[in-house]
Amino acid sequence: MKNSSSGRITDIKPTHQKPITNGEKVYKKVCLSCHQADGSGVPNMTPPLIQTSFVLGDKEKLIHIVLDGLKNVDIDDQTYNNPMPALGSVLKDKEIADVLTYVRNSFGNKASAVTVAEVKAVRGNMK
Amino acid sequence: MANTEDAGLTLPAGFSASIVASNLGSVRHIAITKEGNVYAKLGRAKGGNGILYLKNNNGQLEKQNGFGDYGGTAMRIHDGYLYASSNTDVYRYKLNSNDEVLDPSNPEKIVTGLLDHEEHNSKSVTLDDAGNIYVNVGAYSNSCQVEDRTPGSMGRPGCPILDSAGGIWQFKADKADQHYGDGVHYAIGLRNVVGLDWNRKDNTLFVMQHGRDQLHDLFPQYYDAKASAILPAECMYEIHQGDNAGWPYIYYDQIQKKQILMPEYGGDGKKAADKKYLDPVMAFPGHLAPNDLLFYTGNQFPEKYKNGAFIAFHGSWNRSPEPQAGYFVVFVPFSNGKPTGQWEVFADGFAGAKDISSPGKAAHRPCGLAQGPDGSLYVSDDVKGTIYKIAYNKK
Repeated sequence: MKNSSSGRITDIKPTHQKPITNGEKVYKKVCLSCHQADGSGVPNMTPPLIQTSFVLGDKEKLIHIVLDGLKNVDIDDQTYNNPMPALGSVLKDKEIADVLTYVRNSFGNKASAVTVAEVKAVRGNMK
Repeated sequence: MANTEDAGLTLPAGFSASIVASNLGSVRHIAITKEGNVYAKLGRAKGGNGILYLKNNNGQLEKQNGFGDYGGTAMRIHDGYLYASSNTDVYRYKLNSNDEVLDPSNPEKIVTGLLDHEEHNSKSVTLDDAGNIYVNVGAYSNSCQVEDRTPGSMGRPGCPILDSAGGIWQFKADKADQHYGDGVHYAIGLRNVVGLDWNRKDNTLFVMQHGRDQLHDLFPQYYDAKASAILPAECMYEIHQGDNAGWPYIYYDQIQKKQILMPEYGGDGKKAADKKYLDPVMAFPGHLAPNDLLFYTGNQFPEKYKNGAFIAFHGSWNRSPEPQAGYFVVFVPFSNGKPTGQWEVFADGFAGAKDISSPGKAAHRPCGLAQGPDGSLYVSDDVKGTIYKIAYNKK
Protein backbone atom coordinates (compact mmCIF):
# COMPACT_ATOMS: atom_id res chain seq x y z
CA MET A 1 0.00 0.00 0.00
CA LYS A 2 1.27 3.45 -0.92
CA ASN A 3 1.32 6.27 1.55
CA SER A 4 -0.22 9.57 0.59
CA SER A 5 2.07 12.51 -0.15
CA SER A 6 1.79 13.77 3.40
CA GLY A 7 3.30 10.51 4.48
CA ARG A 8 1.26 10.38 7.66
CA ILE A 9 0.55 6.87 8.77
CA THR A 10 -3.07 7.77 9.68
CA ASP A 11 -3.85 8.24 5.97
CA ILE A 12 -3.60 4.53 5.44
CA LYS A 13 -7.10 3.11 5.62
CA PRO A 14 -7.62 -0.27 7.27
CA THR A 15 -7.87 -2.86 4.49
CA HIS A 16 -11.31 -4.18 5.53
CA GLN A 17 -12.88 -0.88 4.45
CA LYS A 18 -11.75 -1.22 0.86
CA PRO A 19 -14.45 -3.63 -0.33
CA ILE A 20 -17.12 -1.26 1.07
CA THR A 21 -15.90 1.50 -1.23
CA ASN A 22 -15.82 -0.70 -4.31
CA GLY A 23 -19.11 -2.21 -3.31
CA GLU A 24 -20.75 1.18 -3.05
CA LYS A 25 -19.50 1.99 -6.52
CA VAL A 26 -21.03 -1.19 -7.92
CA TYR A 27 -24.25 -0.58 -5.96
CA LYS A 28 -24.64 2.90 -7.44
CA LYS A 29 -24.00 1.68 -10.95
CA VAL A 30 -26.06 -1.49 -11.04
CA CYS A 31 -28.45 -1.72 -8.08
CA LEU A 32 -29.45 1.75 -6.96
CA SER A 33 -32.12 2.74 -9.45
CA CYS A 34 -34.38 -0.13 -8.40
CA HIS A 35 -33.32 -0.74 -4.79
CA GLN A 36 -32.92 3.02 -4.14
CA ALA A 37 -30.14 5.02 -2.47
CA ASP A 38 -31.38 4.07 1.01
CA GLY A 39 -31.99 0.40 0.16
CA SER A 40 -35.73 0.83 0.73
CA GLY A 41 -36.76 -0.55 -2.67
CA VAL A 42 -39.99 0.38 -4.48
CA PRO A 43 -43.34 -0.58 -2.92
CA ASN A 44 -44.93 -3.48 -4.84
CA MET A 45 -42.08 -3.50 -7.39
CA THR A 46 -38.63 -3.95 -5.86
CA PRO A 47 -38.00 -5.49 -2.44
CA PRO A 48 -36.13 -3.54 0.23
CA LEU A 49 -32.61 -4.61 1.24
CA ILE A 50 -33.09 -3.49 4.83
CA GLN A 51 -33.25 -6.05 7.66
CA THR A 52 -34.47 -8.89 5.47
CA SER A 53 -33.49 -12.54 5.76
CA PHE A 54 -32.72 -12.53 2.02
CA VAL A 55 -29.84 -10.10 2.63
CA LEU A 56 -28.76 -11.02 6.16
CA GLY A 57 -29.28 -14.78 5.93
CA ASP A 58 -27.66 -17.53 3.87
CA LYS A 59 -24.87 -16.03 1.77
CA GLU A 60 -24.99 -18.79 -0.82
CA LYS A 61 -28.65 -18.04 -1.53
CA LEU A 62 -27.91 -14.33 -1.74
CA ILE A 63 -25.00 -14.82 -4.18
CA HIS A 64 -27.25 -17.07 -6.24
CA ILE A 65 -29.87 -14.31 -6.56
CA VAL A 66 -27.29 -11.86 -7.92
CA LEU A 67 -25.85 -14.39 -10.36
CA ASP A 68 -29.14 -15.80 -11.58
CA GLY A 69 -31.79 -13.17 -10.86
CA LEU A 70 -35.11 -13.59 -9.08
CA LYS A 71 -38.76 -13.25 -10.00
CA ASN A 72 -42.25 -14.17 -8.82
CA VAL A 73 -41.16 -14.58 -5.21
CA ASP A 74 -43.16 -13.16 -2.31
CA ILE A 75 -41.03 -11.64 0.42
CA ASP A 76 -42.53 -11.26 3.88
CA ASP A 77 -46.02 -11.64 2.39
CA GLN A 78 -45.43 -8.86 -0.14
CA THR A 79 -45.46 -9.23 -3.91
CA TYR A 80 -42.81 -7.46 -5.96
CA ASN A 81 -43.56 -7.22 -9.66
CA ASN A 82 -40.27 -6.12 -11.19
CA PRO A 83 -37.85 -8.95 -11.90
CA MET A 84 -34.30 -8.97 -10.60
CA PRO A 85 -32.02 -9.44 -13.64
CA ALA A 86 -29.36 -12.16 -13.67
CA LEU A 87 -26.09 -10.32 -13.23
CA GLY A 88 -23.73 -13.28 -13.52
CA SER A 89 -22.55 -12.17 -16.94
CA VAL A 90 -22.52 -8.47 -16.01
CA LEU A 91 -20.54 -8.51 -12.76
CA LYS A 92 -17.19 -10.16 -11.95
CA ASP A 93 -16.84 -12.31 -8.83
CA LYS A 94 -15.02 -9.53 -7.00
CA GLU A 95 -17.70 -6.97 -7.87
CA ILE A 96 -20.38 -9.31 -6.54
CA ALA A 97 -18.43 -9.97 -3.34
CA ASP A 98 -17.86 -6.25 -2.86
CA VAL A 99 -21.42 -5.18 -3.54
CA LEU A 100 -22.92 -7.86 -1.30
CA THR A 101 -20.52 -6.95 1.49
CA TYR A 102 -21.62 -3.33 1.03
CA VAL A 103 -25.32 -4.21 1.11
CA ARG A 104 -24.88 -6.46 4.16
CA ASN A 105 -23.23 -3.54 6.00
CA SER A 106 -25.35 -0.60 4.83
CA PHE A 107 -28.89 0.72 5.42
CA GLY A 108 -28.65 -0.38 9.05
CA ASN A 109 -27.60 -3.94 8.14
CA LYS A 110 -24.75 -5.67 9.93
CA ALA A 111 -23.56 -9.01 8.64
CA SER A 112 -20.34 -10.75 7.66
CA ALA A 113 -18.51 -9.93 4.44
CA VAL A 114 -18.95 -11.95 1.27
CA THR A 115 -15.65 -13.17 -0.18
CA VAL A 116 -14.59 -13.68 -3.77
CA ALA A 117 -14.02 -17.36 -2.97
CA GLU A 118 -17.64 -17.71 -1.84
CA VAL A 119 -18.92 -16.14 -5.05
CA LYS A 120 -16.61 -18.34 -7.12
CA ALA A 121 -17.88 -21.45 -5.34
CA VAL A 122 -21.55 -20.63 -5.99
CA ARG A 123 -20.84 -19.77 -9.61
CA GLY A 124 -18.98 -23.05 -9.99
CA ASN A 125 -21.89 -25.06 -8.59
CA MET A 126 -24.30 -23.43 -11.01
CA LYS A 127 -22.50 -24.59 -14.13
CA MET B 1 -72.16 17.57 9.58
CA ALA B 2 -69.45 14.96 9.69
CA ASN B 3 -65.94 16.25 10.03
CA THR B 4 -63.97 16.44 6.85
CA GLU B 5 -60.29 16.62 7.52
CA ASP B 6 -58.34 19.17 5.53
CA ALA B 7 -56.25 17.16 3.11
CA GLY B 8 -53.17 19.36 2.99
CA LEU B 9 -53.09 19.48 -0.81
CA THR B 10 -52.00 22.39 -2.96
CA LEU B 11 -54.75 23.36 -5.41
CA PRO B 12 -55.65 26.22 -7.77
CA ALA B 13 -57.47 29.19 -6.17
CA GLY B 14 -61.07 28.46 -5.28
CA PHE B 15 -60.60 24.70 -4.87
CA SER B 16 -60.49 22.78 -1.63
CA ALA B 17 -59.74 19.16 -0.77
CA SER B 18 -60.96 16.99 2.06
CA ILE B 19 -60.19 13.43 3.10
CA VAL B 20 -63.44 11.45 2.91
CA ALA B 21 -62.06 7.98 3.69
CA SER B 22 -58.77 6.60 5.00
CA ASN B 23 -56.87 3.42 5.86
CA LEU B 24 -58.79 1.35 3.33
CA GLY B 25 -55.78 -0.58 2.00
CA SER B 26 -54.16 -0.40 -1.42
CA VAL B 27 -56.97 1.42 -3.24
CA ARG B 28 -56.35 1.33 -6.98
CA HIS B 29 -59.25 2.58 -9.13
CA ILE B 30 -62.57 3.85 -7.75
CA ALA B 31 -66.10 4.32 -9.10
CA ILE B 32 -68.87 6.58 -7.79
CA THR B 33 -72.59 5.96 -8.01
CA LYS B 34 -75.19 8.62 -8.78
CA GLU B 35 -75.98 8.60 -5.03
CA GLY B 36 -72.39 9.55 -4.19
CA ASN B 37 -71.41 6.13 -2.84
CA VAL B 38 -68.03 4.70 -3.78
CA TYR B 39 -66.71 1.32 -4.87
CA ALA B 40 -62.96 0.95 -4.28
CA LYS B 41 -60.80 -1.75 -5.87
CA LEU B 42 -57.92 -3.02 -3.76
CA GLY B 43 -54.63 -4.06 -5.32
CA ARG B 44 -54.47 -6.86 -2.80
CA ALA B 45 -57.58 -8.36 -1.20
CA LYS B 46 -57.87 -7.61 2.52
CA GLY B 47 -59.67 -10.12 4.73
CA GLY B 48 -60.97 -11.82 1.60
CA ASN B 49 -62.34 -8.60 0.15
CA GLY B 50 -60.92 -7.06 -3.02
CA ILE B 51 -63.73 -4.52 -3.47
CA LEU B 52 -65.03 -2.18 -0.77
CA TYR B 53 -68.43 -0.49 -0.82
CA LEU B 54 -68.39 2.91 0.92
CA LYS B 55 -71.57 4.78 1.65
CA ASN B 56 -71.81 8.54 1.61
CA ASN B 57 -72.88 9.93 4.97
CA ASN B 58 -72.86 13.75 4.98
CA GLY B 59 -69.75 13.85 2.87
CA GLN B 60 -67.81 11.12 4.68
CA LEU B 61 -67.55 7.66 3.17
CA GLU B 62 -68.44 4.87 5.57
CA LYS B 63 -67.28 1.34 4.92
CA GLN B 64 -70.16 -1.07 4.31
CA ASN B 65 -69.58 -4.56 2.96
CA GLY B 66 -66.63 -5.93 1.05
CA PHE B 67 -66.71 -8.60 -1.65
CA GLY B 68 -64.70 -9.98 -4.60
CA ASP B 69 -61.86 -12.06 -3.12
CA TYR B 70 -59.28 -10.97 -5.71
CA GLY B 71 -56.78 -8.11 -5.91
CA GLY B 72 -56.71 -6.00 -9.06
CA THR B 73 -57.05 -2.51 -10.43
CA ALA B 74 -60.15 -1.72 -12.53
CA MET B 75 -63.33 -0.24 -11.05
CA ARG B 76 -65.89 1.35 -13.34
CA ILE B 77 -69.68 1.77 -13.37
CA HIS B 78 -71.40 1.63 -16.72
CA ASP B 79 -75.01 1.07 -17.75
CA GLY B 80 -76.21 -0.55 -14.54
CA TYR B 81 -73.13 -2.70 -13.91
CA LEU B 82 -70.01 -2.46 -11.78
CA TYR B 83 -66.92 -3.63 -13.69
CA ALA B 84 -63.82 -4.90 -11.87
CA SER B 85 -60.61 -6.66 -12.83
CA SER B 86 -58.19 -9.08 -11.26
CA ASN B 87 -54.76 -9.37 -12.88
CA THR B 88 -56.12 -11.98 -15.31
CA ASP B 89 -59.90 -11.52 -15.58
CA VAL B 90 -62.62 -8.89 -15.92
CA TYR B 91 -65.85 -9.25 -13.94
CA ARG B 92 -69.12 -7.39 -13.77
CA TYR B 93 -71.77 -7.14 -11.06
CA LYS B 94 -75.37 -6.14 -11.74
CA LEU B 95 -76.52 -3.07 -9.77
CA ASN B 96 -80.03 -2.40 -8.46
CA SER B 97 -81.81 0.95 -8.85
CA ASN B 98 -79.83 2.31 -5.87
CA ASP B 99 -76.58 1.22 -7.52
CA GLU B 100 -76.01 -1.52 -5.00
CA VAL B 101 -74.53 -4.84 -6.08
CA LEU B 102 -77.32 -7.44 -6.24
CA ASP B 103 -75.24 -10.58 -5.88
CA PRO B 104 -71.72 -9.85 -4.61
CA SER B 105 -70.59 -13.49 -4.67
CA ASN B 106 -71.68 -14.27 -8.22
CA PRO B 107 -70.27 -11.82 -10.73
CA GLU B 108 -70.29 -12.55 -14.43
CA LYS B 109 -66.78 -13.25 -15.68
CA ILE B 110 -66.62 -11.20 -18.89
CA VAL B 111 -63.00 -11.74 -19.90
CA THR B 112 -60.71 -14.50 -18.71
CA GLY B 113 -57.19 -15.83 -19.15
CA LEU B 114 -55.30 -12.57 -19.72
CA LEU B 115 -51.57 -12.88 -19.13
CA ASP B 116 -50.12 -12.18 -15.68
CA HIS B 117 -46.34 -12.43 -15.50
CA GLU B 118 -46.22 -10.04 -12.51
CA GLU B 119 -44.43 -7.20 -14.31
CA HIS B 120 -47.08 -4.70 -15.54
CA ASN B 121 -49.90 -7.09 -14.70
CA SER B 122 -52.70 -4.67 -13.80
CA LYS B 123 -55.72 -4.76 -16.09
CA SER B 124 -57.46 -1.41 -16.40
CA VAL B 125 -60.71 -0.94 -18.29
CA THR B 126 -62.94 1.69 -19.83
CA LEU B 127 -66.22 1.36 -21.73
CA ASP B 128 -67.71 3.08 -24.78
CA ASP B 129 -71.41 3.65 -25.53
CA ALA B 130 -71.58 0.92 -28.16
CA GLY B 131 -71.37 -2.06 -25.81
CA ASN B 132 -67.59 -2.50 -25.80
CA ILE B 133 -65.06 -2.70 -23.00
CA TYR B 134 -61.38 -1.85 -23.54
CA VAL B 135 -58.82 -3.75 -21.49
CA ASN B 136 -55.12 -3.04 -21.13
CA VAL B 137 -52.67 -5.93 -21.08
CA GLY B 138 -49.25 -4.55 -20.09
CA ALA B 139 -46.01 -5.93 -21.51
CA TYR B 140 -44.28 -8.29 -19.08
CA SER B 141 -40.98 -6.59 -19.84
CA ASN B 142 -39.29 -3.20 -19.69
CA SER B 143 -38.05 -3.00 -23.27
CA CYS B 144 -38.33 -6.51 -24.72
CA GLN B 145 -34.65 -7.26 -24.09
CA VAL B 146 -33.48 -10.86 -24.47
CA GLU B 147 -32.73 -10.58 -20.74
CA ASP B 148 -35.20 -8.18 -19.11
CA ARG B 149 -33.56 -5.16 -17.39
CA THR B 150 -30.05 -6.53 -17.93
CA PRO B 151 -27.34 -4.04 -18.93
CA GLY B 152 -26.47 -4.26 -22.63
CA SER B 153 -28.96 -7.01 -23.50
CA MET B 154 -30.46 -6.28 -26.93
CA GLY B 155 -34.09 -6.37 -28.05
CA ARG B 156 -35.77 -9.62 -29.03
CA PRO B 157 -36.28 -9.58 -32.81
CA GLY B 158 -39.94 -9.10 -33.75
CA CYS B 159 -40.78 -8.70 -30.06
CA PRO B 160 -42.97 -11.80 -29.42
CA ILE B 161 -44.54 -10.24 -26.32
CA LEU B 162 -46.73 -8.10 -28.57
CA ASP B 163 -48.94 -11.01 -29.66
CA SER B 164 -50.65 -11.21 -26.27
CA ALA B 165 -49.53 -8.16 -24.25
CA GLY B 166 -48.31 -4.60 -24.67
CA GLY B 167 -51.60 -3.41 -26.12
CA ILE B 168 -55.32 -2.80 -25.73
CA TRP B 169 -57.99 -5.42 -26.39
CA GLN B 170 -61.64 -4.68 -27.10
CA PHE B 171 -64.27 -7.11 -25.82
CA LYS B 172 -68.07 -7.12 -25.58
CA ALA B 173 -69.16 -5.62 -22.27
CA ASP B 174 -72.03 -8.10 -21.85
CA LYS B 175 -70.62 -11.42 -23.02
CA ALA B 176 -69.30 -14.05 -20.61
CA ASP B 177 -65.98 -15.92 -20.72
CA GLN B 178 -64.29 -14.14 -23.58
CA HIS B 179 -60.67 -15.09 -24.26
CA TYR B 180 -58.08 -13.21 -26.31
CA GLY B 181 -59.45 -14.78 -29.52
CA ASP B 182 -62.97 -13.49 -28.87
CA GLY B 183 -61.82 -9.89 -28.65
CA VAL B 184 -60.34 -7.37 -31.05
CA HIS B 185 -56.63 -6.64 -30.71
CA TYR B 186 -57.45 -2.92 -30.76
CA ALA B 187 -54.03 -1.26 -30.46
CA ILE B 188 -50.45 -2.49 -30.15
CA GLY B 189 -47.07 -1.14 -29.12
CA LEU B 190 -48.23 0.22 -25.75
CA ARG B 191 -45.81 -0.87 -23.03
CA ASN B 192 -48.13 -0.50 -20.07
CA VAL B 193 -51.35 1.48 -19.75
CA VAL B 194 -52.92 1.86 -16.32
CA GLY B 195 -55.01 4.99 -17.00
CA LEU B 196 -57.41 5.00 -19.91
CA ASP B 197 -60.77 6.67 -20.58
CA TRP B 198 -63.33 6.85 -23.34
CA ASN B 199 -63.73 10.44 -24.53
CA ARG B 200 -67.46 10.92 -25.13
CA LYS B 201 -66.93 14.23 -26.90
CA ASP B 202 -65.38 12.58 -29.94
CA ASN B 203 -66.08 8.89 -29.21
CA THR B 204 -62.45 7.96 -28.98
CA LEU B 205 -60.21 6.01 -26.64
CA PHE B 206 -57.42 7.88 -24.86
CA VAL B 207 -54.67 6.09 -22.96
CA MET B 208 -51.69 7.03 -20.81
CA GLN B 209 -48.59 4.93 -21.40
CA HIS B 210 -45.95 4.20 -18.79
CA GLY B 211 -42.72 4.70 -20.73
CA ARG B 212 -39.68 2.44 -20.44
CA ASP B 213 -37.27 2.59 -17.51
CA GLN B 214 -33.51 2.68 -16.96
CA LEU B 215 -31.97 4.11 -20.14
CA HIS B 216 -28.79 4.98 -18.24
CA ASP B 217 -28.54 1.71 -16.29
CA LEU B 218 -28.88 -0.38 -19.42
CA PHE B 219 -27.14 1.83 -22.03
CA PRO B 220 -24.77 4.19 -20.18
CA GLN B 221 -22.81 4.78 -23.40
CA TYR B 222 -25.78 6.76 -24.80
CA TYR B 223 -27.54 8.21 -21.75
CA ASP B 224 -26.19 9.91 -18.65
CA ALA B 225 -28.13 9.74 -15.39
CA LYS B 226 -29.64 13.19 -15.94
CA ALA B 227 -31.06 12.33 -19.36
CA SER B 228 -32.32 9.03 -18.01
CA ALA B 229 -34.20 10.82 -15.22
CA ILE B 230 -36.44 12.67 -17.67
CA LEU B 231 -36.53 10.35 -20.71
CA PRO B 232 -38.54 8.95 -22.31
CA ALA B 233 -41.81 10.89 -22.13
CA GLU B 234 -44.87 9.49 -20.44
CA CYS B 235 -47.33 9.76 -23.34
CA MET B 236 -51.00 10.40 -23.83
CA TYR B 237 -52.25 8.73 -27.02
CA GLU B 238 -55.53 9.08 -28.87
CA ILE B 239 -56.19 5.52 -29.99
CA HIS B 240 -58.09 4.28 -33.01
CA GLN B 241 -58.43 0.64 -33.96
CA GLY B 242 -55.22 -0.69 -35.48
CA ASP B 243 -52.91 1.96 -34.05
CA ASN B 244 -49.33 1.05 -33.14
CA ALA B 245 -47.59 3.28 -30.59
CA GLY B 246 -44.22 1.67 -31.28
CA TRP B 247 -43.07 -0.04 -28.06
CA PRO B 248 -40.47 -1.61 -27.85
CA TYR B 249 -38.93 -0.25 -31.05
CA ILE B 250 -39.27 3.47 -30.35
CA TYR B 251 -39.88 5.97 -27.58
CA TYR B 252 -40.97 9.60 -27.63
CA ASP B 253 -38.37 12.21 -26.60
CA GLN B 254 -40.19 15.28 -25.29
CA ILE B 255 -37.03 17.43 -25.48
CA GLN B 256 -36.16 16.67 -29.13
CA LYS B 257 -39.92 16.45 -29.77
CA LYS B 258 -39.68 13.31 -31.87
CA GLN B 259 -39.74 9.55 -31.86
CA ILE B 260 -36.34 7.98 -31.20
CA LEU B 261 -35.16 4.47 -31.97
CA MET B 262 -34.79 2.37 -28.79
CA PRO B 263 -31.18 1.49 -27.92
CA GLU B 264 -32.22 -2.18 -27.71
CA TYR B 265 -33.04 -1.95 -31.43
CA GLY B 266 -29.99 -0.05 -32.65
CA GLY B 267 -30.73 3.44 -31.31
CA ASP B 268 -28.20 5.77 -29.72
CA GLY B 269 -30.42 8.43 -28.20
CA LYS B 270 -30.45 10.45 -31.43
CA LYS B 271 -31.41 8.17 -34.32
CA ALA B 272 -34.97 8.95 -35.38
CA ALA B 273 -37.59 6.23 -35.56
CA ASP B 274 -39.48 4.90 -38.53
CA LYS B 275 -42.38 7.27 -39.24
CA LYS B 276 -45.03 4.55 -39.12
CA TYR B 277 -45.76 4.81 -35.40
CA LEU B 278 -48.39 6.87 -33.64
CA ASP B 279 -47.39 10.26 -32.19
CA PRO B 280 -48.63 11.17 -28.71
CA VAL B 281 -51.18 13.98 -28.35
CA MET B 282 -49.31 15.10 -25.23
CA ALA B 283 -45.96 14.24 -23.68
CA PHE B 284 -45.05 14.45 -19.98
CA PRO B 285 -41.69 14.09 -18.20
CA GLY B 286 -40.45 10.52 -17.83
CA HIS B 287 -41.20 7.99 -15.08
CA LEU B 288 -44.06 9.88 -13.41
CA ALA B 289 -46.33 6.82 -13.82
CA PRO B 290 -49.81 7.95 -14.96
CA ASN B 291 -52.21 5.56 -13.22
CA ASP B 292 -55.60 7.00 -14.12
CA LEU B 293 -57.20 9.26 -16.71
CA LEU B 294 -60.58 10.98 -16.45
CA PHE B 295 -62.34 13.33 -18.85
CA TYR B 296 -64.23 15.82 -16.73
CA THR B 297 -67.87 16.28 -17.73
CA GLY B 298 -69.20 17.90 -14.54
CA ASN B 299 -70.62 21.38 -14.08
CA GLN B 300 -69.09 22.24 -10.70
CA PHE B 301 -65.60 23.25 -11.84
CA PRO B 302 -64.95 26.47 -13.83
CA GLU B 303 -65.52 26.40 -17.59
CA LYS B 304 -61.88 25.70 -18.53
CA TYR B 305 -62.06 22.25 -16.91
CA LYS B 306 -65.09 21.11 -18.90
CA ASN B 307 -64.23 18.08 -21.08
CA GLY B 308 -60.58 18.38 -20.08
CA ALA B 309 -58.41 15.52 -18.86
CA PHE B 310 -57.35 14.86 -15.28
CA ILE B 311 -54.44 12.47 -14.85
CA ALA B 312 -53.42 10.83 -11.57
CA PHE B 313 -49.64 10.35 -11.53
CA HIS B 314 -48.45 7.68 -9.12
CA GLY B 315 -44.95 9.20 -8.87
CA SER B 316 -41.57 7.96 -10.02
CA TRP B 317 -39.04 5.41 -8.77
CA ASN B 318 -36.33 5.52 -11.41
CA ARG B 319 -35.10 9.10 -11.47
CA SER B 320 -32.20 8.71 -9.02
CA PRO B 321 -29.82 10.41 -8.38
CA GLU B 322 -32.39 13.17 -9.08
CA PRO B 323 -35.23 13.41 -6.53
CA GLN B 324 -38.29 11.33 -7.33
CA ALA B 325 -41.24 13.29 -8.75
CA GLY B 326 -44.81 13.29 -9.93
CA TYR B 327 -46.96 12.36 -6.94
CA PHE B 328 -49.69 14.67 -8.23
CA VAL B 329 -52.83 15.12 -10.30
CA VAL B 330 -52.44 16.99 -13.57
CA PHE B 331 -54.95 18.79 -15.78
CA VAL B 332 -54.91 19.10 -19.59
CA PRO B 333 -57.47 21.44 -21.24
CA PHE B 334 -59.40 19.88 -24.14
CA SER B 335 -61.82 21.06 -26.77
CA ASN B 336 -63.54 18.78 -29.27
CA GLY B 337 -61.40 15.88 -28.20
CA LYS B 338 -58.03 17.62 -28.68
CA PRO B 339 -55.71 19.20 -26.12
CA THR B 340 -55.88 23.00 -26.37
CA GLY B 341 -53.02 23.94 -24.07
CA GLN B 342 -50.14 22.65 -21.97
CA TRP B 343 -50.56 20.39 -18.96
CA GLU B 344 -50.53 21.90 -15.50
CA VAL B 345 -50.28 20.47 -12.00
CA PHE B 346 -53.78 20.55 -10.52
CA ALA B 347 -53.37 18.90 -7.11
CA ASP B 348 -50.02 18.38 -5.38
CA GLY B 349 -48.76 17.47 -1.92
CA PHE B 350 -49.93 13.84 -1.74
CA ALA B 351 -46.40 12.63 -0.95
CA GLY B 352 -46.20 14.80 2.17
CA ALA B 353 -42.58 15.93 2.00
CA LYS B 354 -41.22 18.30 -0.62
CA ASP B 355 -38.28 16.15 -1.71
CA ILE B 356 -38.91 12.45 -2.05
CA SER B 357 -35.63 10.57 -2.51
CA SER B 358 -37.24 7.13 -2.78
CA PRO B 359 -40.88 6.21 -3.46
CA GLY B 360 -41.26 4.39 -0.15
CA LYS B 361 -41.06 7.80 1.52
CA ALA B 362 -44.19 9.11 -0.23
CA ALA B 363 -47.01 9.28 2.32
CA HIS B 364 -49.68 8.94 -0.39
CA ARG B 365 -49.59 8.17 -4.10
CA PRO B 366 -52.48 9.11 -6.41
CA CYS B 367 -53.78 6.07 -8.27
CA GLY B 368 -57.46 6.43 -9.21
CA LEU B 369 -59.87 9.17 -10.26
CA ALA B 370 -63.65 9.45 -10.31
CA GLN B 371 -66.17 12.21 -10.83
CA GLY B 372 -68.85 12.61 -8.16
CA PRO B 373 -72.52 13.25 -9.05
CA ASP B 374 -72.08 16.88 -7.91
CA GLY B 375 -69.04 17.35 -10.16
CA SER B 376 -66.41 16.95 -7.43
CA LEU B 377 -63.23 15.07 -8.29
CA TYR B 378 -62.29 12.06 -6.15
CA VAL B 379 -58.70 10.82 -5.96
CA SER B 380 -57.64 7.50 -4.45
CA ASP B 381 -54.27 6.65 -2.90
CA ASP B 382 -52.85 3.13 -2.87
CA VAL B 383 -50.28 3.58 -0.10
CA LYS B 384 -52.63 4.04 2.84
CA GLY B 385 -56.01 3.85 1.16
CA THR B 386 -57.03 7.47 1.44
CA ILE B 387 -59.81 8.95 -0.71
CA TYR B 388 -59.70 12.69 -1.35
CA LYS B 389 -62.60 14.82 -2.54
CA ILE B 390 -61.69 17.98 -4.43
CA ALA B 391 -64.40 20.62 -4.81
CA TYR B 392 -64.70 24.09 -6.28
CA ASN B 393 -66.20 26.67 -3.99
CA LYS B 394 -68.23 29.15 -6.01
CA LYS B 395 -67.61 32.74 -5.07
